[in-house]
Amino acid sequence: MPSSDYDSACLPDILPLYYRRLFPFSQYYRWLNYGGVQKNYFQNREFSFTLKDDIYVRYQSFSTQTELEKEMQKMNPYKIDIGAIYSHRPNQHNTVKSGTFQALEKELVFDIDMTDYDDVRSCCSAADICCKCWTLMTIAIHILDRALREDFGFQHLLWVYSGRRGVHCWVCDEAARKLSVAARSAVAEYLSLVKGGDEMMKKVVLTDPIHPLSVCICDFNRESLAVVEQYFSRYALQDQDILGRKESVDKVLALTPEDVRKELQEDFLYEKKPENRWKLVKEQARRRRGTSKKGQYFEEEIMLQYCYPRLDVNVSKGVNHLLKSPFSVHPKTGRISVPMDLKELETFDPFAVPTINLICEELDRPRTGEEEEKTEDTKEKESEQDAAESRKIRDYKRTSLAKYVKYFDQFLDGMARSWKGELLKKSDLQKDF
Amino acid sequence: MQFPSRRKKFITNSQTELYGHPLQFYGQPPLENISLTEFEALAVDRLKLLKTIENLGVSYVKLSDQYTKKLQFESKTLNFPYRPDADDRKSQAGPIELEKRRKDHISHFILRLAYCQTEDLRRWFIQQEVDLFRHRFNDLNPKQKLEFLHRNNLQYETISVEEKKTLKDKLVKSSYAASGVTVEDQEFYKVPFQDALDLVRTRKVYLKAGYVYIPHHDIVTIVLNDFRTRLSKALALTARSLPAVHSDERLQPLLNHLSHAYVGQDYSIQKNVGKISLEQIDSLSGKSFPLCMRQIHQSLRENHHLRHGGRMQYGLFLKGIGLSLEQALQFWRSEFIKGKVDADKFDKAYAYSIRHMFGKEGKRTDYTPYSCMKVILSNAPSQGDHHGCPFRHSDPELLKQKLQFYKVSPSGISQILELVKGMHYQLACQKYFELTHNLEDASFSLNHPNQYFIESQKVLGGGKDIKREMDAPQRSQENSATRGSSAAPEEAANASQDLAEGTEELDSFFQDA
Ligand code: SF4
Ligand SMILES: [Zn+2]
Repeated sequence: MPSSDYDSACLPDILPLYYRRLFPFSQYYRWLNYGGVQKNYFQNREFSFTLKDDIYVRYQSFSTQTELEKEMQKMNPYKIDIGAIYSHRPNQHNTVKSGTFQALEKELVFDIDMTDYDDVRSCCSAADICCKCWTLMTIAIHILDRALREDFGFQHLLWVYSGRRGVHCWVCDEAARKLSVAARSAVAEYLSLVKGGDEMMKKVVLTDPIHPLSVCICDFNRESLAVVEQYFSRYALQDQDILGRKESVDKVLALTPEDVRKELQEDFLYEKKPENRWKLVKEQARRRRGTSKKGQYFEEEIMLQYCYPRLDVNVSKGVNHLLKSPFSVHPKTGRISVPMDLKELETFDPFAVPTINLICEELDRPRTGEEEEKTEDTKEKESEQDAAESRKIRDYKRTSLAKYVKYFDQFLDGMARSWKGELLKKSDLQKDF
Repeated sequence: MQFPSRRKKFITNSQTELYGHPLQFYGQPPLENISLTEFEALAVDRLKLLKTIENLGVSYVKLSDQYTKKLQFESKTLNFPYRPDADDRKSQAGPIELEKRRKDHISHFILRLAYCQTEDLRRWFIQQEVDLFRHRFNDLNPKQKLEFLHRNNLQYETISVEEKKTLKDKLVKSSYAASGVTVEDQEFYKVPFQDALDLVRTRKVYLKAGYVYIPHHDIVTIVLNDFRTRLSKALALTARSLPAVHSDERLQPLLNHLSHAYVGQDYSIQKNVGKISLEQIDSLSGKSFPLCMRQIHQSLRENHHLRHGGRMQYGLFLKGIGLSLEQALQFWRSEFIKGKVDADKFDKAYAYSIRHMFGKEGKRTDYTPYSCMKVILSNAPSQGDHHGCPFRHSDPELLKQKLQFYKVSPSGISQILELVKGMHYQLACQKYFELTHNLEDASFSLNHPNQYFIESQKVLGGGKDIKREMDAPQRSQENSATRGSSAAPEEAANASQDLAEGTEELDSFFQDA
């Protein structure tokens, strides 16, 4: 079913079904409990719900998975956000002495939103996306994922499609969860190259004060450029046609040094093909590098300004900042916020992500015979709760949500291996005493 | 007075041992008794020094020649240690130098008492002390640096020769510290990236798997981080022992006075609530708003929306010039509902944050309007933003056009752009003030957008009724005493290096949906 059939008016009807039979509570709890390594980790976590009519309730918290399930099934939130782990239970924040209720830890998160690229995409604007500009997200994920793993040494990165026009990254390593506000902002700044607000045209400036003749700037930028280069021609030259129309050409040329600009303007009178125009730009850049004039890196600067990931630093910085939860529904599109398997990043299609009404519909389809049989077979042996639990598991497996939950499971298995190590260390310590 | 000392050590430290090195890590509090008069005199001098550091940091690139010279000059005038190699030839520092070091030591600890009380104060104090320390460390010669590390037992892990060989390429490329010394001749330290945030932020270091590799040349970064962490912890501890100090009735008013004397005027104080009507804002924005606020105001009127950075910067400014909470709500609502937000959504998503700004929600902190420093240094604008300081955050070309549009003379424009080029943003702004108010020489030194507004109103003699109340006495004593007691000692918190942190809680309410 195409998402155009989705209508948010149906949410009150289908959300109960979603939370009763499809939401992967056990995985969700397994994630946020982090193996129980730290006491009260799940219990002190803030959730916030957006209910019907934009009613926003903050500081929800739950002591067990069952309590979380019950509450979600009762409230049927339109949207779920996850906040920090606090010093006390968030639902009791009013009862503790003011000032003592503090956000202590949270995953390091990143939010990349397509609206931040409005000055460099011509296909869509604001909340709209298409498969052309989605390439920007692919580039962003490649660059950030590499840097977070190789440079910062993080291992447990959960990438999530936001359900509409962007992606989120949850860095779940213990070290990441414990980062201070200052450290978070330093990481975010390390990863940000595109700087400046609407009053700044040129948003990327590369300098290399020490080695003016070396190829180009630091390692980090080199790695990023390598990624951008793979996509630049298809994305920027073909899909966005940045060297086609007059206004967009002017925008690009504004980023080049003045003398170069003049020459290119003349050359472009005779050369209309974007690919060839870009070659001329590169040629100019190559010549300039042989000189000691300013603005050596304009070619790279253009590529980065058009393609480099744009982060909302404020989201990453705050420990107590809330971010939309995986498996939450996006109320506007109906799509589920699903974890993304980076092995299939190139083919990830945001428009193929299931909507809530699609998966609820899939539930109503007749089961295949085999499944039916197995159900009968095992029924007697299970206690009632187990039965409900396993039915739920079978339920999501019958929908297009299955592959995303499966990937989530794999992600959790990876983390489990590391917290098992933690638990072992702890019990060893105890033995020592 | 006697400093509360946690470790009651026997006092064997003769002065020469305690003050044997020009740079101190302030590990031990002073144990001598001093008179109240000396107590005050020492503290006031250190405040002057720290205030100088704050000002220099805005006008000059830190550690640039001019910065260093001015700071040395001020240290010398105030009788603080100022040039470590001045008496390098003698093996022992002379009595005059020792006296200076003693002053440095004691005055630092006095200010800890005065500046541990709130998070804002801690942040300010740590920032200035860290800058002072950086400057002094930088002034040491290599031998003195090693001596300092040794004396204070600062040991950091270095990498082996083999590791250095394998990493050589990467280290050469990413170490900006090309001081003629090659990679082979230098020790490289390997520390968790959390301990060298300044280098990480600017990508000026080789970062691999969570560790940074710092050439000895840059060891100051690690030492500074250590200094900052220890100072921050120490302040938190001091804050806890504060009730004891505060029960001392001779000290208490003095400390309060000290802590408020130099942080400048607090523009959140609502002296002039309701003296401005909403209709006046458009015309005031043209006449008396600094460019930063004028720019935000204009874009708000055009787009009927502002992202959170702009709402914070502008909202607090408006509060500072006297908008009441009710007026602010009305102002923002009427503008937002002209855009994509309906009244209902506004009340749900934005009204809370505005009440918050006025200290009516959440922690109930009364948030202070941003100073120029904060606007210039923290939370730089990004895509879709209009906040920040136009002198710092605009393309010079656009700034020029804007100034032309505002009818600044060509010679004025070139003067302003010259200052911008030298990174003297506040001076550029002040020049703009002079040009637009027909003054030869403004008689104030600009450090706050709200100050700009007040000064402008003074010159224009406009809003006669506004004028008198606006003329808030800066750094007045009576005022500061009462203010001090209302600043309840907060729980020990991690005082931070990040200017933006203070409003963190507030920020989280300003997310764009
Ligand atoms: S210098 Fe200060 S008052 Fe002037 S525009 Fe910049 S931030 Fe605003
Ligand atoms: Zn598009």
